[in-house]
Amino acid sequence: MKVTLWGTRGSLATPGPGTIRYGGNTSCVSVEADDGTLLVLDAGTGIRGLGRSLPPDLKRVHILLTHLHMDHIEGLPFFAPLRRPGVEVHICGPASTMQSLRKRLLRYLSPPLFPVSLRELLSDVHFYELPSGTIEIGEFTVSAQLVIHYNPTVGFRIQGPRGTMTYLPDHEPALGVRRFPPEAEWTSGYALAEGVDLLLHDAQYTSEEYQTHAGFGHSTIKQAFRFAELAGAAQFVPFHHDPDHDDDFLDQMIAETVAEMQPAFQVTPGKEGTVFEVGAGG
Amino acid sequence: MAQQEIEVILARHLAEQLVMPIFIVSPSGDLLFYNESAESILGCRYDETGVMPASELSTIFKTVDQDGKSMNPDDLPIVIALTQRHPAHKRFWIRGLDGALRQIDVTAFPLNAQAQRFLGAVAIFWEVPQ
Repeated sequence: MKVTLWGTRGSLATPGPGTIRYGGNTSCVSVEADDGTLLVLDAGTGIRGLGRSLPPDLKRVHILLTHLHMDHIEGLPFFAPLRRPGVEVHICGPASTMQSLRKRLLRYLSPPLFPVSLRELLSDVHFYELPSGTIEIGEFTVSAQLVIHYNPTVGFRIQGPRGTMTYLPDHEPALGVRRFPPEAEWTSGYALAEGVDLLLHDAQYTSEEYQTHAGFGHSTIKQAFRFAELAGAAQFVPFHHDPDHDDDFLDQMIAETVAEMQPAFQVTPGKEGTVFEVGAGG
Repeated sequence: MAQQEIEVILARHLAEQLVMPIFIVSPSGDLLFYNESAESILGCRYDETGVMPASELSTIFKTVDQDGKSMNPDDLPIVIALTQRHPAHKRFWIRGLDGALRQIDVTAFPLNAQAQRFLGAVAIFWEVPQ
């Protein structure tokens, strides 16, 4: 499978000269299968660039939303295939006890927050709710599971014929834990990440920043490293960068953590535009 | 390795921070977790026992009513929460591993999760001051 990072920033789009290498777009990742199946993980501002890169004859796309915080959905109405007649757009996201996925998305995709309503889009849009469970999409098997973050939030594990990847962009598995990580059985997200080839995981804060941000729903980079180690991931991508962390800061933060923790897995900084061929060697 | 459901993990995190004795049981009645305060009632540490099967749990607790008669397990709050899936509260006596007889209030409630998932129950023990 081909995995492309279109947006790696957390919380707020952060364009500018200080974020050119890591990128300023919010969360969006595409996952393409050999059979042409296209999954889009989250619809942050990065999804606009993805939409522009897709062929005009695209027939079907599956958008998997981890949750409905703005940085994960704000790019949705700018995704070009949504405005094309005849394109099937399947949107999956976490269930809520209060309202359907469609109704919750409409709170953003309608006036006064947005001038165009969802029903005015020209594509054929379908909604699916995924509190947890497994679905087959083309040659992919997609597992969704609730994880620790504010409001209903899921992570995804995507199994292809030649490899697996896990996407946990907003995740605070250390919340309320005295020693992190605890046993695997009691660690949020573990089942999604166990033995995975490629792990994209929240690494928003430094340990110092976490002192005043515990409970905000995000991890420190060291917690993310420990989680990757516990899960036995082969390759780890720090993701969901804090808006206040520019390129130089991120270079230093990741390099210092690698030097200190000496991980057994490969670490690849989560930079916009990076492409991974998962299972290419297998 | 299987992972506990996120709601059960969060329940454990909450229990670890509180001082009331708290027990978390699976839908089949296995004791998944008990916090530090509950360890003194059970007479054993979670780090040593881990998950405790329902059959073993019933040999640890002896529950008696105010007349000293053994209680019907079906009347216990945790059993009501598990089998009838609604909250229950009751005052009774227990004799733990340390042999001491304690009068306690027990509040139990089911863990009903989204998508009609039933994840077990939580019981809180309140020791009645004598």
